Amino acid sequence: MSVDRSAIGGPAARRSGRGAVLAVVAGAALLVGWKLLTVIGGYPPFVLPPPELVAARFVGAWADGTMLPHTVTTLEEVLLGFTVGASAALVVGYALARSTLIEEAFSPYLVAAQATPILALAPLIALWFGSGILSKVVICSLIVFFPVAISTMVGVRSVDGQLLELCRALRASRRQILIRVEVPGALPSIFGGLRVGVTLAVVGAIIGEWAGGDTGLGVLINLARGSLFDTPLLFATLATIAIVGVSLYVLVVVIEGRLVGDRD
Amino acid sequence: MDATATIDTADRSGHRAGPAIPPAALQAIDVSFSYPPSDGRTTNPPVLEQLSLTVRPGEFVALVGANGSGKSTLLRLLAGLLPPTAGRIEVGGERLTAPDRRIGLVFQEPRLLPWRSVIDNVAFPLELAGWPIAGRRARAREMLDLVGLEGVDDERPHRLSGGMRQRAAIARALALEPGILLLDEPFSALDALTRERFNVALQEIWRQTGTSVVLVTHSIAEAIFLADQVLVLARAAAGIVGRIEIPFARPRLLGELDAADVSGLAATVRELLEIDDGGAR
Repeated sequence: MSVDRSAIGGPAARRSGRGAVLAVVAGAALLVGWKLLTVIGGYPPFVLPPPELVAARFVGAWADGTMLPHTVTTLEEVLLGFTVGASAALVVGYALARSTLIEEAFSPYLVAAQATPILALAPLIALWFGSGILSKVVICSLIVFFPVAISTMVGVRSVDGQLLELCRALRASRRQILIRVEVPGALPSIFGGLRVGVTLAVVGAIIGEWAGGDTGLGVLINLARGSLFDTPLLFATLATIAIVGVSLYVLVVVIEGRLVGDRD
Repeated sequence: MDATATIDTADRSGHRAGPAIPPAALQAIDVSFSYPPSDGRTTNPPVLEQLSLTVRPGEFVALVGANGSGKSTLLRLLAGLLPPTAGRIEVGGERLTAPDRRIGLVFQEPRLLPWRSVIDNVAFPLELAGWPIAGRRARAREMLDLVGLEGVDDERPHRLSGGMRQRAAIARALALEPGILLLDEPFSALDALTRERFNVALQEIWRQTGTSVVLVTHSIAEAIFLADQVLVLARAAAGIVGRIEIPFARPRLLGELDAADVSGLAATVRELLEIDDGGAR
């Protein structure tokens, strides 16, 4: 009897380490290119600030407490919107996968809703739900909904029919099949949608804050380019948004690794 | 597992007193089956027509037949996964209308859940039946020992060889101690030598559990080696065209497959298959 252990801590771990090194090298190259552009182009800091100025403004904005409340607001909107949107999408995606009737009735509208730019809807949503957190949560939910619903539908449909027949042979109830086979079987696809969804949720929160709001990283961008005329702060805010997005993405990937695990 | 290991004979079938498994007789009575029509057709031709068979308690029955003869469909009917369009299936004298806990089924593919460890796969039917975790792990480990899988409890299925995966599937089917075990060409994907070893192992598992077995196979040699009774299934829904009792004592050894009387029985089965094949043309 033989067990294949070759994949344990082998090529995958090496690929992961190499990937981290490559990412650092690419980031360094980008910074050097950016610096060269500001030097050769001779752009003034209000048009294109050099990286060291942005870095100093980034550290300063975090040190003097400018960035933190805006980041917390945006994070709250993202997490709430993502949770609401993804939860609704999981239910709808499952219904789409298991009911031809529901799929035929709602698919065209789902696609139409996805094709409508959220940027165009945002002012309307702000009008309906006010300039508080609710409108941002609605926008985040809407933007997260489609990729998660579609990935759930595809994932549930891709669950091996032979495993479902096995469940029938073992007299599994509908609920047991859902919890023990369909959901775990669809997880890789669902997490594909969640990865996309969580980054879109950040975009949704920023769009919502542009449409109306008092705090949040989107508001800070507006302030930085408008009344403050502080382009380095604008860049520092963009860097913060990127860090928020990447951190949430990595969090989803880590959870995915724990839940999906080692499977063929 | 030692392919030539001999086992003490207890009775005609060589059964030892196994765990408390009540062997249940299985009967198909005048069973017909057609798949539901599709593509605008009003009816489909029957896959099985007025087929009857009886599996006695503790008996090992092999079903052989050409491709398309309905062997796997018959097994699904016997498992309660498909309802007959006419006739009935009985388990222990009771009409079978749905999958039953007294019946274990092993498919052609192992069908292990890829996100679960081997032991959790074997424990899966117990989990569905509401067993507590400690009890089901203990039973699953017992079943893994029975099929000769040791030291792989926490491995994921994709790390095992095809043969090991199929053993795990058999362990899973035995976990609820079914009185009847249905096997749908479980070793068809294995190479010839591994398949022979697994036949010896299957005979041993059957002897230990006392379970009635229905094995669907394409291999005449495998059917004769394992079964008490070989049923030859006709092509074109004509039912069972031959019933051959295998008279050899248990335990059977691989060497017996070369004996003249085995060849005689194999020739009889082959003749039935060929006659049926000719009739169908």
